[in-house]
Amino acid sequence: MTKITAEQIREHGLSDEEYARIKTLLGRDANLVELGVFSVMWSEHCSYKSTRAHLKTLPTKAPWVIQGPGENAGVIDIGDGDACIFKMESHNHPSFIEPYQGAATGVGGIMRDVFTMGARPIAMMNALRFGEPEHPKTRHLVSGVVSGIGGYGNCMGVPTVGGEVNFHRSYNGNILVNAMCVGLARTDKIFLSAAKGAGNPVVYVGSKTGRDGIHGATMASAEFNEDSEEKRPTVQVGDPFTEKLLLEACLELMATDAIIAIQDMGAAGLTSSSAEMADKGGSGIELDLDKVPQREENMTAYEMLLSESQERMLAVLKPGREAEAEKIFRKWELDFAVIGVTTNTNRFIAKHKGEIVADIPVTSLSDEAPVYQRPFVQRAPAAGQPTYDKSRSVIESLTKLLGTPDMASRRWIWEQYDHSVMNDTVEAPGGDAAVVRVHGTKKALAITTDVSPRYCRPDPFEGGKQAVAEAWRNLTAVGATPLAVTDNLNYGNPQKPEIMWEIVAGIQGIGEACRALDFPVIGGNCSLYNETNGEGILPTPAIGGVGLLKDVSKLARAGFRRENDVIILIGETKGHLGQSIYLREIEGKEEGGAPPVDLATEKKHGDFVRGLIERGRVDTVHDLSDGGLLVAVAEMALKGNIGASIGQASLPDAIPFFFGEDQARYLIAAPFAEAEKIVAEARDAYIPVTELGKTGGDAVIVNDKDKVTLSKLRAAHEGWFPRFMRREEIPVTN
Amino acid sequence: MKSAVIVFPASNCDRDAATALEEMTGRKTEMVWHRESTLPDVDLVVLPGGFSYGDYLRCGAMANQSAVMKAVKAHAARGGAVLGICNGFQVLTESGLLPGALMRNAGLKFVCKPVTLRVEESQSAFTRKYEKGQSVTFPVAHGEGNYYADDETLNRLEGEGRVMFRYQDNPNGSARDIAGILNEKRNVLGLMPHPERVVDPITGGTDGRALFQSLIEALS
Repeated sequence: MTKITAEQIREHGLSDEEYARIKTLLGRDANLVELGVFSVMWSEHCSYKSTRAHLKTLPTKAPWVIQGPGENAGVIDIGDGDACIFKMESHNHPSFIEPYQGAATGVGGIMRDVFTMGARPIAMMNALRFGEPEHPKTRHLVSGVVSGIGGYGNCMGVPTVGGEVNFHRSYNGNILVNAMCVGLARTDKIFLSAAKGAGNPVVYVGSKTGRDGIHGATMASAEFNEDSEEKRPTVQVGDPFTEKLLLEACLELMATDAIIAIQDMGAAGLTSSSAEMADKGGSGIELDLDKVPQREENMTAYEMLLSESQERMLAVLKPGREAEAEKIFRKWELDFAVIGVTTNTNRFIAKHKGEIVADIPVTSLSDEAPVYQRPFVQRAPAAGQPTYDKSRSVIESLTKLLGTPDMASRRWIWEQYDHSVMNDTVEAPGGDAAVVRVHGTKKALAITTDVSPRYCRPDPFEGGKQAVAEAWRNLTAVGATPLAVTDNLNYGNPQKPEIMWEIVAGIQGIGEACRALDFPVIGGNCSLYNETNGEGILPTPAIGGVGLLKDVSKLARAGFRRENDVIILIGETKGHLGQSIYLREIEGKEEGGAPPVDLATEKKHGDFVRGLIERGRVDTVHDLSDGGLLVAVAEMALKGNIGASIGQASLPDAIPFFFGEDQARYLIAAPFAEAEKIVAEARDAYIPVTELGKTGGDAVIVNDKDKVTLSKLRAAHEGWFPRFMRREEIPVTN
Repeated sequence: MKSAVIVFPASNCDRDAATALEEMTGRKTEMVWHRESTLPDVDLVVLPGGFSYGDYLRCGAMANQSAVMKAVKAHAARGGAVLGICNGFQVLTESGLLPGALMRNAGLKFVCKPVTLRVEESQSAFTRKYEKGQSVTFPVAHGEGNYYADDETLNRLEGEGRVMFRYQDNPNGSARDIAGILNEKRNVLGLMPHPERVVDPITGGTDGRALFQSLIEALS
């Protein structure tokens, strides 16, 4: 056996200390196959070595949580024997290198995480971040990612019902593609990945294994530089047709009781799926690589173990059930092969051409993987209040804001996604939260993804809290009870102390908000090293939230429904302009601190609003977030195609009042008599409440004098995205 | 009315079609696997939306070679009703049961949105419960719905009253804004928009119900 060289260790993304640890665990030198196995299993992507110690602090339990973090996806109980299974995961690095396939396989991967647990996927969301619009790569990346998501999801017949998109120069060299899948199962038919017991057949199903995606997990655990384009061969290629067959075949097999454990082959493919299953089951696993269905000739053991070919699953069956399972997979014209057996040796063993090519203690790939307490240093907080020009016209700023890259309508994107297939989409993209009915019932799930990265850079702690609070608020605004979240933590290089601080503080903020709002984290994913040539992204801990509406007919929507409704603001407006969209887009400043989130206030106001919706008393609600109060009024007017006339209350200055981004606020529109009662009840509960004005007409009017027509606002709001993609103008930036 | 829905491996609107049919007829719909070479005894066969065999080749081209399509053609030849929605319409043109072809959308992108259609003919088993000239809103969700046929064929379709639905605001570049057509014997309808997605007010409207009510009245 040739000795592993320092060069090989570095090429595998391992440090010398890590290799020394491998030698201790093996009691000998590793061979090249074993080095490959360790490198993927100990990669940041698979091992969470920089974040694991901090992730443990997150709240993960609630009476309705069936399965928290650690499985392929989290599971919550939504009553009547129904379970909701969901997770969000990143596919950032591959999507930057090859946007169509990167995004497509991100969608495919997260769907497999959900259906491997026994759920039929019923909705997809995605949280996307791109570089600044004028960057020469941005259009190409937007176009490729959107067609990739659509190309995969549309073929699968799972509606893509919403998401979020931001543009910022910090993503110029590292876009973020975070895909979330939500599925439904029965609580007594949930499949886990623990391969308990020895002597059980290990079966491989799905596509054949090729040489694509080798070392994808390692690539996703490193920074980019000018040579990153050369990493294109490590991007996998998606085949949604095969995934559709795999979905149907797996669900058919799951209807029997032949399965002991099942897991998809995602990052680090056959290696991670088999090692993780053996680890969770407290067993060992022995694989015969000659039996692996292969797409290419002369594949080596190294290639087969590290391939990230898509649309593959590994299952452990009860002995003697192989023929029954094979029949199902043959019906769906998929490969099926018994490639190994579980053992009681606690070893991960791979054989190829009659020889043992890897023999590793299972726990050395999991529990004994390195965990780092990386040093972190707090950056100095933002000082002082940002200044702004008080003489600017509120109404002109409103029109301009609605047509900026971050605020413009995303219709250009979501019209490329089939959002109504499965016939249960109640609230399509563009609302506060997407709403999807539980098929055949009157229940519905509300789904949202949220984070404001611009808050997370100056204050990662408040930014983490805010991401959770906004997800909770968006679910509340449609009338849903928020139940649980999945977190997708996207950051730069954790080996830099300031970035590590962003990660640690972000996780603390998320944890604090989730505890206060009874909104546990049931799964997630970390994507670190989102840096190019040493420049990191804005900290972007995306939160995917799910809530339950017991009666979908009581759903509240954001669009105005009637003329002469009273527009009521719930919550206090202090006029926080720091890091606001207004300050960035109108004044050209990214300054100030993040808006503080008072979680007790957040909960009190949200519970009040949700109570009104649940009792059928209000049907028109919108949460306040990006852009502040006046933007929210305009969005409600545009959605309902009914104008509004509102006046300024409280603050002396109009700009912070109309565009400040204070938290814990909602707008409600209700007929006069009901509105009077709501205002009185809010006051009785010591909740700040303001009657701002009323709905009607075909314009947004402020303080009885400044006015802009809905058609002008609509042109600004709807116009930006298609014009940008058609290259009709280079967008103006400050 | 007894109905069946054909299930190709990557059909994905098969459940939607069956749910709509079951709600409208109150009867169980038969699901027929693509490898079957015979159909159950039914009045209506639905070719649902989706991607049949992945449609990496021309949409519907492989589906036309399937065992079940021989049975569908025989059913149509006997005068049985066939409804092809979206991918089903593509399969019908590939199989020659309907004239013309469905090309890539003029905008080159998949498009999913509600579209307003004009019901051009109420003289058919599929549209008798609509008024001629009525406006209805169905969603479209396709990447290849750009209907093409030569002028002679188009003139004939128009002349024989076989253009059943026309887009009011053409989303895909279809010739003469055609959204749905009938065969010569008037027992086979293909359309790109999805009537089965508009049978429930909470999920987007009820304009599709009359299409199923028409079939129930005509075929029961």
